[in-house]
Amino acid sequence: MTAMLEVDDLRVAYGNILAVKGISFRVEQGQVVTLIGGNGAGKTTTLRTLSGLLHPVGGQIRFKGRRIDGMAAHKIVELGIAHSPEGRHIFPRMTIEENLLLGAYLRRDGAAIEQDVRRAYELFPVLGERRRQAAGTLSGGEQQMLAMGRAMMSRPELLMLDEPSMGLSPIMMQKIMETVAALKESGTTILLVEQNAQAALNLADRGYVLETGRIVLEDHGQALLGNDQVRKAYLGED
Amino acid sequence: MSGGANTPLRRLVEKGRASTATARTATLLGAASSLASTFLAWSYGSAFPGDLTIYGYPGGAQVHVLVLAAVAIALLLIEVSPLRRVVTPGGVGGTVRVLASGVFLITAFTVLAIGVELGGLINVEWGGWVALVAAAVFAVAARLLPADRPAVWSYRLPDWVEFLVIAVVLGLALAAFVQALAIPEWEIFLCYLVALGAALAAAWRLGLAAWISAVGARHRGVTVTAAFVVAAAFPFTQGSDNHWLNVMVNVGIFATTAIGLNIVVGLAGLLDLGYVAFLGVGAYVGALLSGAAASSIGWNPPFAVTVVIGAVVTAIVGVIIGTPTLRVRGDYLAIVTLGFGEIFRITVNNLDGSTGPQVTNGPNGIPGIPDLVFLGVDFGQSHTIFGMNLGYFANYFFLELVLIAFVILVFSRMNNSRLGRAWLAIREDEVAAQAAGINTFRLKLLAFALGATLAGMAGTIQAHAISSITPDSYQFLNSAFLVAAVVLGGMGTVTGAMLGSVVLLLLPEKFRFFQDNKLLIFGLTLVLMMRFRPEGMIANKRRQAEFHEEEISERLGREAQAEGAR
Repeated sequence: MTAMLEVDDLRVAYGNILAVKGISFRVEQGQVVTLIGGNGAGKTTTLRTLSGLLHPVGGQIRFKGRRIDGMAAHKIVELGIAHSPEGRHIFPRMTIEENLLLGAYLRRDGAAIEQDVRRAYELFPVLGERRRQAAGTLSGGEQQMLAMGRAMMSRPELLMLDEPSMGLSPIMMQKIMETVAALKESGTTILLVEQNAQAALNLADRGYVLETGRIVLEDHGQALLGNDQVRKAYLGED
Repeated sequence: MSGGANTPLRRLVEKGRASTATARTATLLGAASSLASTFLAWSYGSAFPGDLTIYGYPGGAQVHVLVLAAVAIALLLIEVSPLRRVVTPGGVGGTVRVLASGVFLITAFTVLAIGVELGGLINVEWGGWVALVAAAVFAVAARLLPADRPAVWSYRLPDWVEFLVIAVVLGLALAAFVQALAIPEWEIFLCYLVALGAALAAAWRLGLAAWISAVGARHRGVTVTAAFVVAAAFPFTQGSDNHWLNVMVNVGIFATTAIGLNIVVGLAGLLDLGYVAFLGVGAYVGALLSGAAASSIGWNPPFAVTVVIGAVVTAIVGVIIGTPTLRVRGDYLAIVTLGFGEIFRITVNNLDGSTGPQVTNGPNGIPGIPDLVFLGVDFGQSHTIFGMNLGYFANYFFLELVLIAFVILVFSRMNNSRLGRAWLAIREDEVAAQAAGINTFRLKLLAFALGATLAGMAGTIQAHAISSITPDSYQFLNSAFLVAAVVLGGMGTVTGAMLGSVVLLLLPEKFRFFQDNKLLIFGLTLVLMMRFRPEGMIANKRRQAEFHEEEISERLGREAQAEGAR
């Protein structure tokens, strides 16, 4: 069986500097896979390449068996990959509802879109309460909810979340992680990039540890949690 | 509370009440004497515009003072009558203050101008000094009036009454506009503008203007239709006199182009500094297919075909120019479009048979473009409609109204659609827009080409209306004026672009000083606009949010705080 997403020897460069130096990993249908690692490890670069915002200099990306490396971002969204970018990137002066509707930009099924908007409000009630409010007036955590809700609006087969817990209070972070867990329960395939390794590995079926553009470790999520090297480097234990 | 502690307070309150009454009386007196002073002679020399040497007969700027003062007196009287609950629920302090400032400005300017133009203040008659003192008393006393609260007129009248209100307001607007055009002397025109400004500001303070715009918004279709009817009535106010009609035909072309540019700048957020090139492409298509003797193409299709060809050609040119330029953003895009705009002009200059193939006659342009014949109407003839003989420019004016209606339709359909939302998303955050699946490049190109097409259609009419075109009419400066019209009027709104065009084209007609220092004044105006009202005269709500983010978040913060305190 082919995996939903297969990345093979992916290399991405900013000018002359190679940021991702030949990484390979797989995401199976229904799995949560996480990429962890410190600053500058190449996690965000990898996600941005997968969603077509960056183009690789080498290697292959296959989604459901089809090559997507070098494809334009809007085509990749059409194929069923949604990207909730790092730093949330919501549309601050548009209302919450408009933000969600933009997530469904490529869809033409009006009634189903409305239904999905309602589902997003069920998942994140605070968004429903403020649907006519400008998104920029939301708190950081609420903006993250919106960013995730917006990504879900394209009914993706693969949801990529880039640092959903970044800059959030511990309570908010827990809430977001609970949401990711709920999405997993509902059968969404998720590729999760996190600095909060503990939380990410707890959820993940599989984890990959990135260091300066290379994968240095890979294993089941729980196994990585127990790995000494990971515990020292990313979980702050000695 | 005990009475003892209250006594000083009560005294203060009573004093305050007394001084309010005093201020009101003083204001009333000031306004009355201002009004009375307009019946005096202000000047010894009759050469000053409006002839202010006659007793008992207000003329020129005196009329403006008379009207403003009369309105102020009426408001002050209403405030002490039972009517005040209906008309001035928020008080009249601010409203009267604005009117008084207008009166003072006009009086002071007139007295000074008499001194300057007739050679010394000795030419100011005692009536002028009386008027100045009266206006000063009026203005100072009005400052002492208690401040008013922001008034809300939330009256909901029967529909037919509200339709009537819309009709009356638009009719008054037309009358005010025609009146403005009819004033030949710049001094009186300036006073007229000040008076008009004061009256409008007063209407806002009173709550009247907000109510009228709410009424207009309630009956949008009626308002838009009525606005077009009123605009179509304009030629009838000019009779067979072609002068202002000619100017308004140019304003119409300019306004159509500005609305098209507003799709590019205001909706898609692409600063295009070479936009006038598209008007030029349209105009050259129109000229070449007009059957003019100087045209290098012999074919003269019906105008409807010419418009379509003009639209298609400019759309193609828009795509050709847009494809390379839209790969850069922001400042870079502005500079690159500026460059392409100049390339158009230089190319047209060189297609003269000696440095290139003979297509455009080079710098000589194409003269002698015949008037349009469209739907059997010869645009070069004057026609009699409703028993009135209209100047032949009225033909072009009516045609432009149709085109403007079309452009407005395109604009609003675009603005309120999935496409409009996608453009807004691109403006807000291009990366996120891409991640949401928006093909940003294609949508930007679409905005660019669509804007170009509308300008091209305007161009085909322009060629016939001005009957002679040269490459120099399409230089960078004109692009800059178009952008200025959009910014001045308001990015992202149709009314804004139109208002900006009217202001930018009419003021130089009225003031020689403007004519001679166009660039200086426009530059200064834009700098001042950016400082004090960056969203333009007529603001798009969203654009306003973009420019006043801090103030809005501050207000939201204050509201949240107040809510928390409760």
